[in-house]
Amino acid sequence: MLNNALNRRHLIASGLAGLALTTLPVSVFAQTEASAKALVNSVVTEINRVIDSGKSENAMLRDFEKLFVQYADVPIMARYALGADARSASPAQLKKFTKAFQGYISRKYGRRFREFIGGEVEVRNARKIKAGYEVRTSVKLRGSSPFEVTFLVSDKSGRDKFYNMFIEGVNLLLTERTEIGAMLDARKGNLNQLIKDLGRVG
Amino acid sequence: MLSRLPLKHLVVLSLMTVLTACASQPADQAARGETFDPYEGTNRSIHKFNLGVDRFLFRPASKGYVKIVPDPMVTSFNNFAENISLPGQAVDYLLQGNPKQMGNALLRFVINMTVGGAGLSSPADELNLPPVDTDFGETLHVWGFGEGAYVELPLYGPSTTRDAVGVVVNLFSNPINFTPVRPVDNIGVYAEVVRRMGDRGRFSDTVDSILYDSADSYAQARLIFLQNRRFELARDDEDAYLGLYTDPYAEIGTDPVRDPYLDPYEDPYAE
Repeated sequence: MLNNALNRRHLIASGLAGLALTTLPVSVFAQTEASAKALVNSVVTEINRVIDSGKSENAMLRDFEKLFVQYADVPIMARYALGADARSASPAQLKKFTKAFQGYISRKYGRRFREFIGGEVEVRNARKIKAGYEVRTSVKLRGSSPFEVTFLVSDKSGRDKFYNMFIEGVNLLLTERTEIGAMLDARKGNLNQLIKDLGRVG
Repeated sequence: MLSRLPLKHLVVLSLMTVLTACASQPADQAARGETFDPYEGTNRSIHKFNLGVDRFLFRPASKGYVKIVPDPMVTSFNNFAENISLPGQAVDYLLQGNPKQMGNALLRFVINMTVGGAGLSSPADELNLPPVDTDFGETLHVWGFGEGAYVELPLYGPSTTRDAVGVVVNLFSNPINFTPVRPVDNIGVYAEVVRRMGDRGRFSDTVDSILYDSADSYAQARLIFLQNRRFELARDDEDAYLGLYTDPYAEIGTDPVRDPYLDPYEDPYAE
């Protein structure tokens, strides 16, 4: 009996140790090529699930916004897109801008996903870059040759999250920084007006 | 035929002059991948003209085209335009000193023109041959010419001084134009226009969003074109490829000691 208990305890202990061993590398080296790849795979699956849901466009766009917040490092993306103006913005403005940016991006790109119906995303490889990991995928749409979509993933927010995406070399963040910059110029640099209007465009 | 040659030489010569005489970007700006657009005023006028052409001619024609012509046929015409450009691409690969890709382009051409029914389909794709995509602009890049200034060409759209030279040279460099059994003059150009209509029609929402929904469609088109072009040319060059990445974490300073206000991981929702 004692023997058994010891054995069982031993078993539990070693089991825990084994569990610790297998989870340890994940928590210590939180980000690995595999985890970066897995993140891309799960976001692709989630997006496809929304597209296939047959919901109304507005409902889908709301779902995309939830996915965007869940999988992307939205604050850093918003800050980068705002560029130099992020420095002079008050924390309250930055908070409001981030929220408006998140809706704007979700609507703008969410509408585009319709054109990706029936498309196949193949995760090709992942490798370390300065700020995290680069995950290259190949997207095949009907009637066109495959094109390259690259996701940049970082755990600097505390969790693996996307912070940028490149479609055939076109940098999403830089493109949005240019666009937001042009919108600000059109409003003579009035950030509050931009935040208000951002809620309606995209 | 002979009388055409001196003219061609003249064209090439004058284009080379254009290439070397154009304003050039300071090296440090070029190294940072900044946009070099000394002709912005002219470019913006041409952009306005191109937008008008698109709105009243190209967009409606393209949308009509993809609506009337069944999807598989649009794909076939796209294939045809692609296939008919292959001998010209083979010439460019030869000039780039890339015999492997030249052979690959020719092999694709032969397969697609025969098994692929006069180039209307692309069976070579199924054989997993490496993709073929080049032009004289890339040849100039391989020869060491810099990107030059950004230009927007009338009807054609975004380009650079280097690529504009390439576009003109490629009008003359496809051997198909010199075969004795030329069915139609400039068939490659017509095929290319049809292919562009197919793409404009198929991705009309995306193109519309860039051209008509953007706060500054000129700046968007310029940025998207330049990035995509640099990406194409850097494909085989890992350093250049990684140089295309910007690091938003680095830019705004992740070092709170150096710049406490700019710590990007202060919680923006915290106040």
